[in-house]
Order: sequence, then C-alpha cells, then structure tokens
Amino acid sequence: MGSLNIENVKKAFGPVEVLKGIDLEVVDGEFVVFVGPSGCGKSTLLRVIAGLEDSTSGRVLIDGDDVSVTPPAKRGIAMVFQTYALYPHLTVKNNMGLGLKQAGTPATEIERRIKIASAMLSLEPYLERRPAELSGGQRQRVAIGRAVVREPKLFLFDEPLSNLDAALRVNTRLEIAQLHRRLKATMIYVTHDQVEAMTLADKIVVLNAGKIEQIGSPMELYNSPANEFVAGFIGSPKMNFIDSAKLGETAKTIGVRPEHLTVDAKSGAWKGTVVHAEHLGADTNLYLDCEKAGLLTVRIFGVYNAEPGATLFATPDPAKTYRFGADGRVLK
Amino acid sequence: MSTATHSLPRTIGAHAVLLTYTAIALFPVILVIMNSFKSRAGIFGAPLTPPTPKTFDLIGYTTVIGQGDFIHYFQNSLVVTVASLFFVLLFGAMAAFALSEYRFRGNTMMGLYLALGIMIPIRLGTVAILQLMVASGLVNTLTALILVYTAQGLPLAVFILSEFMKQVSDDLKNAGRIDGLSEYTIFFRLVLPLVRPSMATVAVFTMIPIWNDLWFPLILAPSEETKTVTLGAQLFLGQFVTNWNAILAALSLAILPVLILYVIFSRQLIRGITSGAVK
Ligand SMILES: Nc1ncnc2c1ncn2[C@@H]1O[C@H](COP(=O)(O)OP(=O)(O)OP(=O)(O)O)[C@@H](O)[C@H]1O
Ligand SMILES: [Mg+2]
Repeated sequence: MGSLNIENVKKAFGPVEVLKGIDLEVVDGEFVVFVGPSGCGKSTLLRVIAGLEDSTSGRVLIDGDDVSVTPPAKRGIAMVFQTYALYPHLTVKNNMGLGLKQAGTPATEIERRIKIASAMLSLEPYLERRPAELSGGQRQRVAIGRAVVREPKLFLFDEPLSNLDAALRVNTRLEIAQLHRRLKATMIYVTHDQVEAMTLADKIVVLNAGKIEQIGSPMELYNSPANEFVAGFIGSPKMNFIDSAKLGETAKTIGVRPEHLTVDAKSGAWKGTVVHAEHLGADTNLYLDCEKAGLLTVRIFGVYNAEPGATLFATPDPAKTYRFGADGRVLK
Repeated sequence: MSTATHSLPRTIGAHAVLLTYTAIALFPVILVIMNSFKSRAGIFGAPLTPPTPKTFDLIGYTTVIGQGDFIHYFQNSLVVTVASLFFVLLFGAMAAFALSEYRFRGNTMMGLYLALGIMIPIRLGTVAILQLMVASGLVNTLTALILVYTAQGLPLAVFILSEFMKQVSDDLKNAGRIDGLSEYTIFFRLVLPLVRPSMATVAVFTMIPIWNDLWFPLILAPSEETKTVTLGAQLFLGQFVTNWNAILAALSLAILPVLILYVIFSRQLIRGITSGAVK
C-alpha cells in the first residue's frame, strides 16, 4: 500500500497555467523529492496530491483508486508544512490526536499511537505543552508526529526544514531519513535544498515552470542530466556553461562541473585570471576569468593558495564534459 | 527603561501631550457626571465646581428612577446593542472568511459591494426602511432596531475582518482540512481565535454608534415598550422646561453599560496583541 500515480495533471489559476501536464509514478515505500526553482509549482503539485487544490484536468490515483474527488481527510495522506501549522489552542498531545479523533478512532488506540510517535521523535516531555511553549525544532517534530500517528499511506512534506537553523536542519533531516527507514512508508518531499534532495531521495523529480524536466535517482541526475536545466540545477557549486562558439565546437553549449576542472600554473586548456578564491577548509572554490571560456568556477579538494590576479590554466576532464544542443538537450 | 531610548525631557513631553489629550477628552464626561450629583441651583450657579455639601443633591437620580421606566429602557438598549453586535460579528466574520478564503466568480465584486455600505449612510434609506418595517409589522419592536443596526454595522466589519483573515496562515487551515475538520470548525476553532483582536476592534467601532443612536429608535420604535435609553432621556428635554438634573443623571447612567462592554473588549484587544508578540 502507498503507491501514487499522477496522470497528466494540469492546474491553472485563471489564465495562468501553473502545472502543464504532470505524469508521475511512485511505488510503495519510495522517497520521492520534488525540486525546482521558486514558483515552479512544487507546492501546487503537492497540494493537488493532498486534495487541498483541485486539478484543472488529469487524475490522481492513490493505491490505484482515483481520489480526484475525495476530500483530503479521506485520502489516507498526512502533510507536514513549512510553517509547522500546529493548532495554537491545543496541547502537543491533542495536536497529534485531533485527526484521529475526527476520524472516530477509539481513545485507547489514539493514546497508543501518540505514545509510539512521541517516543520515536523524543517528544514525551512536551506532550502537555502548547505550541507557543516549544522551540522551532520541537514544533516541527510535533508536526511530523502529527503526521506519523495517522499512519498514512502517503506522507507529504512541503519544505519542512526551511524554517530551521542549519544545525537543526541536519538533525531533523536525519530523523526524517530514519523515519522513512523505520516506517517504510511512501514519502513525497518538496525542497529547494540540493543537499536535502540528494541525501534523502530514492528518486528526484526536477520541475521547471510547471513541467517535469527529469526523473531519476540522485546519482543518475548528477551523472547523466537530460538537459541543461537539470545539469545546472543539480550539483553545487553550479555547473559551468561555456558558449561553444568561442571554443569552435559543434554543440551549442559545453558544461563542466567545477569539481571536474583541474588547475595548473603553467599549462592547460583555458588560460584565465583568478578573480576570487573561497577557502572552505575541505575544499577551495576558485573563480577564474578565462579568455576563451568566460567566468569559470573551479572546485579544488583541500587547500589551494591562489591570489586574485594570478594567472592559472584550467583543464576539463574530457570524460565528464557535457555537450548541449540548441534546444538544451544533452548530445550523446 | 533604558536611557538610550528614553530621555527625560522627551518622556515628560510625551506625557504632557497625552495628559492634555486625556483631559480634553474626559472633560465633558466629568462635567456631566459631576453635575448630575448637584441641585438645580448648583448646576446653574457654578457648573464647573464639583458638588459641595451645599449643592450635593440626588434629585436627578431619584427622578430618573422614579419617573419613566428607566430600568426597562436600559434593558432595551442593552438587548439591541448586544444582539446587533452579536449578529454583526457573526455574519461579518463569516462573510469575511468566505471572501478571503474561497475563490469564486465575482469574489472581488462581492467584496466591493459589501464594503459600499461604509460610504453610503444607512439613514438615507430611512423612508424605505420604515415602509419595509410597517409592511412586515415590525414597527415598535426591538427586532426592527436589531435588523437595521446589523445592516449598518456589517460593511465595516466585513471590510476590516477580511483583511485580517487573509493574514491567517493557509497552512493552518490546510492542516485542519487534512485532519478532517469541517469548514465550520476551521472557521470557529482555528480562524476566529486568531483574529480575536480585530473582532474586538470591530466590536468597539460597532457598539458605540448603536448605543448612542437616537434616529432609528425615534422613527422605528418610539413606543413606551421599546424605548432605548437615549430616547428615554428625551422625556426630560421639554420644549419649555428642561429637567437638567434628570438628563445629566440619565446620561451618567447610560455611560456605565457601554463602559463595561468597552472594558471587556479592550481586554481582548490587549490579550490578542501580547499573545501574538510572544509566539
Ligand atoms: N492561489 C493562487 N492563485 C494564483 N496563483 C497562484 C496561487 N497559488 C500559487 N500560484 C502561482 O503558482 C505558481 C507556483 O506556485 P507554488 O507555490 O506551487 O510554487 P513553488 O514551486 O512551491 O515555489 P516555492 O519554492 O517558492 O515554494 C506561482 O507562480 C504562484 O504565483
Ligand atoms: Mg512552495
């Protein structure tokens, strides 16, 4: 149980088409992450799956049943929101139990499920508190707990970590990963964050302007992006795109990831001047202004000392260079 | 108090301005209350002095309580004000929720239409309202007043409340929907408590004109049975002789209930503001 099929879902707000025909298949137990730039329709797609928004056309099937006209509470889903969205007037315990109470679950069963969920998320000390008396991280754990007690077929997360600070984000990310392993539930997760997407996902769906650009495992997307957009979106720092007219190539654009460039002081493919160097300890990002290739980012592992103004040569790894055609697709 | 943000002259200046304003605002009220405890000669002889043992007199209050059915008038005013307030807040909040929450054809037009009443005084329609009340047999009933005041208060209530309701987090309402709460529960249990401060604001704005109104009670419900306090006080305002003691006493008494309602609502207002700040 817990599969999801989306068939040609379109969504328009008035004349503005936000989702332009989405097809997606999620099998039971999978962790799927939606990524894409702001405003591309990730949240809208998630809300359509949840039933909070009606699609203009197309079907949503959960476990093979068409749920297009089923209200959110009956779809067997649970959702965690970016802003926690806890009920301010209820205690943590009642926040978690409300959905079950509405569905008419017996009190002892609610009690049991809250106990398990709060143990899982270390929420026991806070059960009698109200949301206002909790920290941001605790609130988000309550929100996750509220989803867990429903024992849904499908978990939906809409940028659950983006209101948390960096350290807490890592912890909560780990908790979500463990939760997925323990519950073996199907999860759909929306994020802006590369790292979240790469670390959590079984499958990443890259969205852009209401369309799916590519679906694949994190490594598939990293190693063989289907087009320029995906190549630029996955990986950090961003892939370098070089206008090939200057290089005398047949393809429209050449792409090289910063980590697939090597630098040398004496010789190499592209001569350039160091514009800026970022020292991160584990690695160093150099920004090179090259005569032929334009501004390049180079990622060097470990410490590398380069003063701005120095001349360096950058050389791409030919096996890991991507060539894109005029339509943005990868040329084989 | 930190000295960086509060210099002494500035604090004194601010307080001087506020105290002056308070004095000006309170002056008529204090004058009314003061003089209501004085004899007629005391009122005209020295209107600005507080009652002395010589001028102190409860004649105004005894007249008010003895003559006419003042307790009853009070009751009428209170019933009309509280009932109208209740309906204004209930229907105003519901309309505001619908306008801010649901997307439907003509939403904006509907919002504008409902807000139009802010600019057009309801008294322009007095004749039509009177005809309507006569036709429906509601003349000389409190129901007539309640209906008119509800209509009078709704535009501003809808306008203010829909602005505030737009600010209530969508995620919270959606969380409620996923947990299976009905739209009514979402409205009453999640949204209303969050907009309580703005409800209190609307309540205060709505309540005062209703309590003080003389126009509609005079036209729609002048009977002895349905008189309100403001109308009742006219009893002492004769064409040739005016019983000033009684009028001042009636006015002083009329301040009380509205003051109590105000205190209740302003508490809500302050509680709403501080609870928002801590969260
Ligand atoms: N209720 C609405 N009415 C009109 N347009 C809307 C509505 N909700 C969303 N949109 C539009 O739909 C587009 C997609 O919105 P959506 O919230 O799905 O983006 P997103 O991918 O989640 O972005 P973000 O990463 O910033 O959260 C946006 O351009 C937005 O302006
Ligand atoms: Mg979003």
